[in-house]
Amino acid sequence: MSALHDETTVVAAERVSAIEGRLTRIGRSMATAMIPVIGAFVIGGLLLAVLGRNPFSFYGNVIHHGLIGSLGRQETLIRMAPLLLIAAGLMIAFPAGIWNLGTDGQYVMGGVIVADLGPELAPHFSGFVLFTTLFVVGFAVAAIWSLIPAILKAWYGINEIISTLMLTFIGLRFSAFLVKEYFYDRETTVPQTRVLAVADRLPRMFSSRVHIGLVVGFVAVIAVHFMMRNTAFGLRLRIVGMNPKAAIHAGMNMKALTLAIFTLSAGFAGLAAAVNIAGVDGVVRAEWNPAVGLLVVPLVFLARFHAASVIAFIAAFAVFQVGGESASRKADIPNFMVLFMVGLLLVFMALGEYMQLRSSRKH
Amino acid sequence: MVLANELTPSVELIGITKTYPGVVANSDIHLTLRPGEVHSLLGENGAGKSTLIGILSGMVQPDAGEIRIKGETVRINSPRDALERGIGTVYQHSLLVPTLTVLDNLLLGVDQGWKLGRDAAKARLQEVSTLLDVEIDPSSVVGDLALGQRQQVEIVRALWRGEGVLILDEPTSMLTPQGAEKLVQVVRRLVSNGLAVVFITHKLNEALDLGDRVTVLRRGKIVGEVTPAELQNRSRAQITDEVLKMIFGEKSDASYAAFASQVSETADETFRVDHLSVEGSGPHPVLDNVSFTLKRGEILGIAGIDGNGQKELAEVLAGQRHADSGEIILDDQSIQNLSIAARQAKGIRYVTDDRHGEGTVGPLSIALNIVLKRVGEVPFWRWSLVRHSSIREFARKLIHDHDVRAPHEEVAISTLSGGNMQKVILARELALEPRVVVYNKPTYGLDARTTSLVLASIADQAKAGVTTVFISTELSEIVSICHRVAVMYRGKLSEPIMVRSGIELKLGALMTGSTTL
Ligand SMILES: Nc1ncnc2c1ncn2[C@@H]1O[C@H](COP(=O)(O)OP(=O)(O)OP(=O)(O)O)[C@@H](O)[C@H]1O
Ligand SMILES: [Mg+2]
Repeated sequence: MSALHDETTVVAAERVSAIEGRLTRIGRSMATAMIPVIGAFVIGGLLLAVLGRNPFSFYGNVIHHGLIGSLGRQETLIRMAPLLLIAAGLMIAFPAGIWNLGTDGQYVMGGVIVADLGPELAPHFSGFVLFTTLFVVGFAVAAIWSLIPAILKAWYGINEIISTLMLTFIGLRFSAFLVKEYFYDRETTVPQTRVLAVADRLPRMFSSRVHIGLVVGFVAVIAVHFMMRNTAFGLRLRIVGMNPKAAIHAGMNMKALTLAIFTLSAGFAGLAAAVNIAGVDGVVRAEWNPAVGLLVVPLVFLARFHAASVIAFIAAFAVFQVGGESASRKADIPNFMVLFMVGLLLVFMALGEYMQLRSSRKH
Repeated sequence: MVLANELTPSVELIGITKTYPGVVANSDIHLTLRPGEVHSLLGENGAGKSTLIGILSGMVQPDAGEIRIKGETVRINSPRDALERGIGTVYQHSLLVPTLTVLDNLLLGVDQGWKLGRDAAKARLQEVSTLLDVEIDPSSVVGDLALGQRQQVEIVRALWRGEGVLILDEPTSMLTPQGAEKLVQVVRRLVSNGLAVVFITHKLNEALDLGDRVTVLRRGKIVGEVTPAELQNRSRAQITDEVLKMIFGEKSDASYAAFASQVSETADETFRVDHLSVEGSGPHPVLDNVSFTLKRGEILGIAGIDGNGQKELAEVLAGQRHADSGEIILDDQSIQNLSIAARQAKGIRYVTDDRHGEGTVGPLSIALNIVLKRVGEVPFWRWSLVRHSSIREFARKLIHDHDVRAPHEEVAISTLSGGNMQKVILARELALEPRVVVYNKPTYGLDARTTSLVLASIADQAKAGVTTVFISTELSEIVSICHRVAVMYRGKLSEPIMVRSGIELKLGALMTGSTTL
């Protein structure tokens, strides 16, 4: 009897220690996420100082123009929408071990079709129907575009890092070709699609310029987070990512899963483009190269695919991007700081991983 | 009174303690390794053996305790550190690169290529092989070597930086009887030169034959020791009995004699394999016209030296590997073109021997690994949504039934000891209701008691009508539970013969390619 009692207390104590372990792990992973950020700011500040600029006033301007000022804050929220959607797609691909680095091409392909279709459909449909159609089309076009690397990977084992990157270049050229040859607006001098009338754009919120695309972005990130952790499909994807041989052994259909991973992940990039075109841009020019996708990659990794952290990092990134533009102009330096900081962030992340690996070897 | 060893001990472990969340893997361990002595380390699965040698070989850092090498207190920070101090380890899994030559492997693993030139390395290889009294061709490709020879290369590598201590973690589990014999000679030779050897095994006879001294661990503590004097002066039966009691903490009968029952003459033939062939890149096919027919409830043993096509046969049956020709028939229907999942749905299960590579997903919990082949199925998922409570409940039951040693069902499976990981895989497969099961070395790494429990479960399942293909390198296991046995050699399967006593010699001959029965 007392032995039994002992055993249950031991089990209870073990559970408590497991929970404690989990909490310290969360704390530690937050810390490991913040250290690269701080490191990037410090080195970035040093560089500014070397250039003879005051880093404190630079960072102050960044915060002021990206977050505190109302116009800047609106711009930040607007920029966040497509970034969140692209991140949602990467939160599917990366844990599943698929390096989809072609979101830029997928974004452009989805975007160019949506841009052509929007003004076409706007006179006939309105509001909800129009936007859902555009969203579905953006998603579908990008998904179909991604079937190329997906099939190359699933049937021929061709590495997707190279194929997706290559397809971004092809996608950019191809969309430019489409605009110049078929989609161009005859009434303008520059080759661009017809413009989606401001009245037909996505509804705005809080009597600001911020459109409902932001909500779509939040919902997508949270839904993907939930899907990856709580559904059978999400678990299958994670198993494929962690140990593909075990997935095969367990009888999972690798070809179907690979296609699903590519198309979903690309689809969100296409949706991001649809949201941005229906929400802000309203038009696509022939020489359009938004190049937003690759910037999201390190953020998603830094956030370890966790919705709350993804949202936080993307918000911080958008603040920095928007505020950085103004701050650079004020400090009279080229607008390279954002990219430079992302680069530093990557270096510090890699360093952090290395340190963690070493310390885990010690314990 | 035990004869005191005059020499300074090679290594002393003093008060070594290592805890993991929820487990005390090593608790206040005191162990002395003496030159010229083979020290056998015994203990059930999860007793803490690998952790202890991990600490000695620099892979794991202890929480407390002291390590002395030749009387001097040291800290061993890394495996390289250990090697430099003359502590070499041959791990259970080979660390050699199969596509490289012996010499390149040695340069790569031990010297990073720049400390020692190729000629100097060749000379060192010659030195160590002379010490071991083995012939090793530095230019042969490791992948072409027999497993016994590969192990010799591993030993050379462990002794590369000088001879002090050699640690062998379950070194015989993959060897042929002849290979094991050769290993014993090599070890004997090394200790006669003053080396200290640590020998981990689950085979009690080996431990007593080769060991000069035996230490038994249970639940992280040392629970007993057999001194050289005792080993020499007392009867083997007595010692065996006592050691078994130390290992399992109770009187335990770890023999697994005569599980086999008769297969009913009238049982229908359920599973047929017809002329299966798989081409290979080597001189002979991977599978060469393999055929057999099994009745419901029959257990066919497939014996053979590892690497003669057994694994490939299992994979073809499971649907993981494509056969170039032939047919697999279940209940008069060909399943040749069915996917892995479709075969599983028809009740064909494959219990893999590759527990790290494909049997488990290391970072996932034990609970999720238990339902790895049932992702999405009710009651563990409903409307595709995971139901953790029902998965955990199921996992807790299997963990309890199969005596898996783990703090709880949510820990990552990669933290389990080798044998306990194997128990989880078996628990997963035995819990299903299969029609045909292909086992590939299911007892690999299991302690004696668990081995006998697993064999009993397999035999019980067969009695209940499950048709079984039992691939093993352990003839004693095959003889104890199989109805018929066939031998694989270079991709060919011999004609299955009825199991009867005294069959081992014949099987041994077939395993090395002799065709006369
Ligand atoms: N990295 C780890 N994290 C958590 N627990 C661990 C870790 N490594 C080992 N353990 C635990 O320590 C205990 C001892 O494990 P160890 O591998 O030393 O056993 P073993 O005696 O070698 O068993 P086996 O015969 O099965 O190989 C086990 O309960 C295991 O779960
Ligand atoms: Mg072990």
